[in-house]
Amino acid sequence: MSKANGSSKVLVRVENLKKHFPITRGILFRRQVGTVRAVDGINMTIHEGETLGLVGESGCGKSTTGRSILQLHRPTSGKVYYEDRDLTEMEGDELRRARRNFQMIFQDPYASLNPRMTVEQIIAEPLEVHSIGNRKERHERVKDLMGLVGLNPSLNNRYPHEFSGGQRQRIGVARALALQPKFIVCDEPISALDVSIQAQVVNLLEELQEKFGLTYLFIAHDLSMVRHIADRTAVMYLGKIVELAERQELYNNPLHPYTQALLSAVPIPDPLKERKRQRIILKGDVPSPAHPPTGCNFNPRCPLAIDICRQEDPEWREITPGHWVACHVV
Amino acid sequence: MTAQPASRKPGQPVDLIAENKVRSPFDNAWREFRRNRLAIVGAVIVILTVVAAFVAPIITPYDYYTQNTRESRAKPLTGYNISETHAEECTWYGTPLEWGCAIYLTGSDALGRDLYSRMIYGTRVSLAVAFVGSTVALAVGIVLGTISGYFGGRVDNLIMRVVDFLYAIPLLPIIILMQVYFQALGRQGVTEGIAGSLLRLNQSMGGLLFLFIAIGVLNWIGMARLARGQVLAYKHKEFIEAAESVGSSQSRIIFKHLLPNIFGPLLIAETLAIPAYIFTEAILSFIGLGVNPPIPSWGSMINDGYAGIRSNSHLVLVPGIALTMLTLAFNFMGDGLRDAFDPKMRGRA
Ligand SMILES: Nc1ncnc2c1ncn2[C@@H]1O[C@H](COP(=O)(O)OP(=O)(O)O)[C@@H](O)[C@H]1O
Ligand code: SF4
Ligand SMILES: [Mg+2]
Repeated sequence: MSKANGSSKVLVRVENLKKHFPITRGILFRRQVGTVRAVDGINMTIHEGETLGLVGESGCGKSTTGRSILQLHRPTSGKVYYEDRDLTEMEGDELRRARRNFQMIFQDPYASLNPRMTVEQIIAEPLEVHSIGNRKERHERVKDLMGLVGLNPSLNNRYPHEFSGGQRQRIGVARALALQPKFIVCDEPISALDVSIQAQVVNLLEELQEKFGLTYLFIAHDLSMVRHIADRTAVMYLGKIVELAERQELYNNPLHPYTQALLSAVPIPDPLKERKRQRIILKGDVPSPAHPPTGCNFNPRCPLAIDICRQEDPEWREITPGHWVACHVV
Repeated sequence: MTAQPASRKPGQPVDLIAENKVRSPFDNAWREFRRNRLAIVGAVIVILTVVAAFVAPIITPYDYYTQNTRESRAKPLTGYNISETHAEECTWYGTPLEWGCAIYLTGSDALGRDLYSRMIYGTRVSLAVAFVGSTVALAVGIVLGTISGYFGGRVDNLIMRVVDFLYAIPLLPIIILMQVYFQALGRQGVTEGIAGSLLRLNQSMGGLLFLFIAIGVLNWIGMARLARGQVLAYKHKEFIEAAESVGSSQSRIIFKHLLPNIFGPLLIAETLAIPAYIFTEAILSFIGLGVNPPIPSWGSMINDGYAGIRSNSHLVLVPGIALTMLTLAFNFMGDGLRDAFDPKMRGRA
């Protein structure tokens, strides 16, 4: 796997990305009564060939981030550059053509495949949409793709309900690969699977990355899941990224109190260190993204909070090269 | 076909490995449907009724309009004297008939028309109403409901407010008034303008035009709501998003992903609505606002006979039983289809 380093090319650049969902009331005269700040100002760069992990509790806005980057949700504000082209400016056919370059693998292998289509129809759809090859060539390509993701190509006329969760996720991977994209958002691709097959799917994704030089944004809800697949990891809390660093740096030297709390919950393989591990228990619940606290989003639960945390949003700063954090006390 | 384990109950998943056979969701549903006896009975009755409507002239001994006042209100099976001894005197199908030798399988009505023949011809009206009513409701309802649900926003608001409005006004009285109005125009001999051409069209359809309009207007509303609900339920499913993410156009998403998934449940809901159409027609015909005489409709036949229900109960029973059988058959069939295609709904009203 290629490691992220300063010299490798930036493939995706996200600048101050926001996605707010309006909360509306009323039937005849609809009015907006509030806003869900699902994603509230995110900055990151993703380098060609790397895997960027995105970790955070359920509901913190990870999926919305992935979807906003791929323009499945149009962002409220901010920019998303793919190879220096701004996706947020694209519309209609231009955007549909650009979609060849970036794809998504979905969390729920049951909901993400149309139950009325055969595996072949599902995997061939991207090719059909972009008028690639004739019927026979597409058929061959589908068989190749099925082999590539470890499915028996002779099952091409089966329907999704006849497959297990892991096999269905492989169908989803084959569909995402059909157009030979460079960038894939993997939205918790293993969270819905049995623990016994999670590793198989992760290994498959790693193999494919190596073979095709893919770039991943790999979303997960806890740090242990991205531990060996991600080159760098971003930690998200309530619509914002609070810390981003290379893998070793993040696990060895977490700076943000939230990252420290998350890491303290991960068991350490070394029994000596494991014995000394102190769990940091956070008080309270995650606030609703419709009513985020003033100041630092984390302040109501933060053990280190000081006065300024309740008034001012901490700045997104690079503490050491490649290690970014948003916290007043760091 | 591989033998089914006898222990499998309806709704229990099929063992795929044991069967090792490619099966579409439709195949599974068909198996489930076949296991439901009432549904099969319903489907058979519906099919027989459709066949009867098509071959009515072949399976009836008489036409539905010839009057024979000397044989009015004949009891069932009277004059049924075809036997070897009388074979020369009576002829079964048609020509020439000697009075007293008529074969009234289920009796005759007040005008001496064969009740059995009229009952068989009556299937045509009921089925026409069932077919046209459901086609109109499905077509209009799905188009508007899908637009409403998929595009949302202002269009959605507009369509749904129209639907709410139509729900709020009692449509049956309005339809009755409309029928009365046009029948009055017809008696006055109006032939000009829109009303005139509508009347002519109505005449050529045996008085069914306004019934069709009435039933269509009454029922697309419910279908539109249902279709919109289905679209909303599917619109945010991940496979729709997946289609979008590979670059599918909106029309492709609607026609390849949304409609194939929602059409089945809507069709089933429509099957369950058919008894109501048949009843609406029967009610309108019963109060004299349905088909033009002498076209037989079960509703008008009940109306013809109900005054003498004590002495000649068969005049009401024959069309009444036919009506009940057909509506029950559609209900059983619809329930069976729903259970087969949507196991989650099993057992609900
Ligand atoms: N389409 C939507 N409309 C309104 N709110 C939404 C929508 N999608 C997500 N949200 C809200 O945005 C927040 C973040 O959701 P999501 O991105 O799915 O979180 P995650 O993937 O991290 O679990 C949640 O509070 C969720 O309720
Ligand atoms: S800014 Fe303050 S409240 Fe926020 S994480 Fe840092 S210390 Fe805690
Ligand atoms: Mg999610």
